[in-house]
Amino acid sequence: MKVGVIRFPGSNCDRDVYHALELAGGEPEFIWWNQKDISHLDAAVIPGGFSYGDYLRAGAIAAITPVIEGIKSLVKDEKPVLGICNGAQILAEVGLVPGVFTVNENPKFNCQWTQLKVKTKRTPFTSGYSKDEIIKLPVAHAEGRYFNENMESLKENDQIVLQFEGENPNGSMESITGVCDETGLVCAVMPHPERASELILGSDDGLKFFKGIVNY
Amino acid sequence: MKYDVEVKISLKKGMLNPEASTIQRALALLGYEVQDTDTVNIVKFSMDEEDTNAVEKEVDDMCQRLLCNPVIHNYEIQISPMRDE
Repeated sequence: MKVGVIRFPGSNCDRDVYHALELAGGEPEFIWWNQKDISHLDAAVIPGGFSYGDYLRAGAIAAITPVIEGIKSLVKDEKPVLGICNGAQILAEVGLVPGVFTVNENPKFNCQWTQLKVKTKRTPFTSGYSKDEIIKLPVAHAEGRYFNENMESLKENDQIVLQFEGENPNGSMESITGVCDETGLVCAVMPHPERASELILGSDDGLKFFKGIVNY
Repeated sequence: MKYDVEVKISLKKGMLNPEASTIQRALALLGYEVQDTDTVNIVKFSMDEEDTNAVEKEVDDMCQRLLCNPVIHNYEIQISPMRDE
């Protein structure tokens, strides 16, 4: 399973994601932002960081780079695409997942462990969990508050992937912090599964995200 | 013809603006009691085009594709012909 790890100037979770994919038994490969043809990949992960310094809005500039054409082609070919943190913001800016991740209700950089509920297991990334399972993953963002004008269709189409359980640290609508497209193959999550992929990190609850890609 | 362009980007009505509410609370710390605090972003540039309509069309496109996120933003475009020096 060849999995691309997309890199932009300012990405900073790329090597963590690479490592987590190796742990899961995948074959990761770094992909630079100006690579348009990535059709040799079986899946892709857009890691976290501060692409282009978060100028304009988090993810806005990365969303118009050539590699996004490649990502759109992967989606067309029904290959899984996961965006984590800044990667989630980028997927929302591109419009591959509904809604936006914008400035936290309490406008500070929020870095903490969170309890999360897995709301659907129909995505490759969450297929290894059970529905409503509570997992522990960290968040680290200033622009993670989920907003969507059309919550009805999100619910009707089973597009809510992760919800904060208990405390809602950024003021997201209905505590939502992970969503997918209608197919479930494109998924955007604010929490960092790669930072919880080994027990030495405090939790290995996130490893199943990457195993889910490798086993797809 | 050369034009000066100013794009004013604001949050849609009813959208939470944490930056504005923080500023309002900070002003209150200094003893200034103000209401309805809001913030806008302004992007300025100049460009060559045949006429104002062409500028407007192009800038509107820029707003839709990059400068704004239509889910949460409103925008206003101001175009003025640059004066000869």
